[in-house]
Amino acid sequence: MGEAIVITSGKGGVGKTTTTANIGTALALNGKRVCLVDTDIGLRNLDVVMGLENRIIYDLVDVVKGDCRLHQALIKDKRFESLTLLPAAQSKDKSAVKPAQMKKLVDELKQDYDYVLIDCPAGIEQGYKNAVAGADQAIVVTTPEKSSVRDADRIIGLLEKEDHVSSPRLVVNRIRPQMVKNGEAIDVDEIVSVLAIELLGIVADDDEVIRASNDGEPIAMDNKSRASIAYRNIARRINGESVPLLNLYEDKGMLTKVKKFFGMRA
Amino acid sequence: MVQKQVKQQNVIIKGTKDGLTFVLNDQCAFDDILEELSDKLSERPQPQENDSNVVKIKLVTGKRYLEEQQIEQLQNRFTEQIHAVIDTIDTDVITKHEAEEMRLDNQVSRLARVVRSGQIIEVLGDLLVVGDVNPGGTVKASGNIYVLGSLRGIAHAGMNGNREAIICAGKMNPSQLRIADVIRRPPEGEERTGEEDMECAFVNGENQMELERISKAGIIRPGITDERIG
Ligand SMILES: Nc1ncnc2c1ncn2[C@@H]1O[C@H](COP(=O)(O)OP(=O)(O)OP(=O)(O)O)[C@@H](O)[C@H]1O
Ligand SMILES: [Mg+2]
Repeated sequence: MGEAIVITSGKGGVGKTTTTANIGTALALNGKRVCLVDTDIGLRNLDVVMGLENRIIYDLVDVVKGDCRLHQALIKDKRFESLTLLPAAQSKDKSAVKPAQMKKLVDELKQDYDYVLIDCPAGIEQGYKNAVAGADQAIVVTTPEKSSVRDADRIIGLLEKEDHVSSPRLVVNRIRPQMVKNGEAIDVDEIVSVLAIELLGIVADDDEVIRASNDGEPIAMDNKSRASIAYRNIARRINGESVPLLNLYEDKGMLTKVKKFFGMRA
Repeated sequence: MVQKQVKQQNVIIKGTKDGLTFVLNDQCAFDDILEELSDKLSERPQPQENDSNVVKIKLVTGKRYLEEQQIEQLQNRFTEQIHAVIDTIDTDVITKHEAEEMRLDNQVSRLARVVRSGQIIEVLGDLLVVGDVNPGGTVKASGNIYVLGSLRGIAHAGMNGNREAIICAGKMNPSQLRIADVIRRPPEGEERTGEEDMECAFVNGENQMELERISKAGIIRPGITDERIG
């Protein structure tokens, strides 16, 4: 039996889909069997980031409606045998799926995979409820912006009410060390102290991430980039390894501060 | 050989430095009290036309429960006859409903978690948050509010109108403070570092909200201390 992890944020455009694609790829790189589920009905793009959009025949709504079998809708990744994608429907009604149906579907996937990663749409409406319905764990993505942190806090409050989801963990995405240094962006430890949940990882803002997404080749495949190493480390932490946080800051003082935070909460 | 009995008085008047105290017999009919009160008040000196001083009255009612409308009847006599107002009522009895409210108002509700954005916690009595109140989170209490962690959201103490209520926080960094109907926002553009010591907010004599070190709380509001432990 695998684990289902929902990747959510409240606010849109903070990197849920990017995080899902890259953690999934990094887990597959570690030999794990992974299924990525796009629940953003009407606005799917996990398939694009994975470079799989041309292979879609059936989608999540088809499966739920019984128009196809689950395995027919699963798309094999180009790079890994053990990685598949269940795409969202692009043109169908958002309300076509109910939380109970999602839970049944995810439970079925958990039989065949080590990890089922669920890419959640922005917001706290129906789409969010569907995405969370089958999850055992949650990863909350935020950027170092006030509004993003505020929405992450709101989502954490909602997740804490879901008995079947264990305490959410945090990914801080698009950190810009220079801005933090200049005091123009919120510091990671300030974010962690407000949200008061375990920090799973920090990902730098990196143009390579956007380039890789456009090529349909997740950055986690890259051996050198900092963002790639960050995602791979997150994957290892999900697997239960204890991996120290990356040094995003030139300033040594900063690093020890962040390290200490992680150590304290791990 | 029957001893002549002194007629039991239904209304006894005492003068104090704060005004007048009326002790009402709690065994007789209410009408008898009204009658005797009118008689006794008419014997008292009439207030001067230009005297703006309003006499404050304290009623001592023993085991008699006064209905709203009975209090009104008494007040009418005081107003008409000696230009006085009932200030306090000292009674040995309250209704069940009042007792229940008193119990709730005196209780402390504890909450050990973060109050997050979009969440509202509302209690009768005092509220103790063992954790933070985040931006966008709201805590409300009819009594006092104590936040052991950081208060970054909205706190509303004395929400039913009690201006004596206070708000304490380990780190006072709120988006808004309210005590009864008095509101205070942090000054625009000036971000508090939150490095200050634990603080308390209260409404001062000018109906302004003030912040003080936590050690002043008991001096400003002695009533916070439980009588049992002094
Ligand atoms: N670490 C990063 N560095 C640079 N760009 C990034 C990073 N993470 C995400 N992006 C870019 O930000 C944009 C939004 O990312 P993404 O689509 O993953 O967000 P999302 O939360 O899934 O959005 P939505 O709420 O619309 O589903 C994309 O263009 C993506 O390439
Ligand atoms: Mg997305």
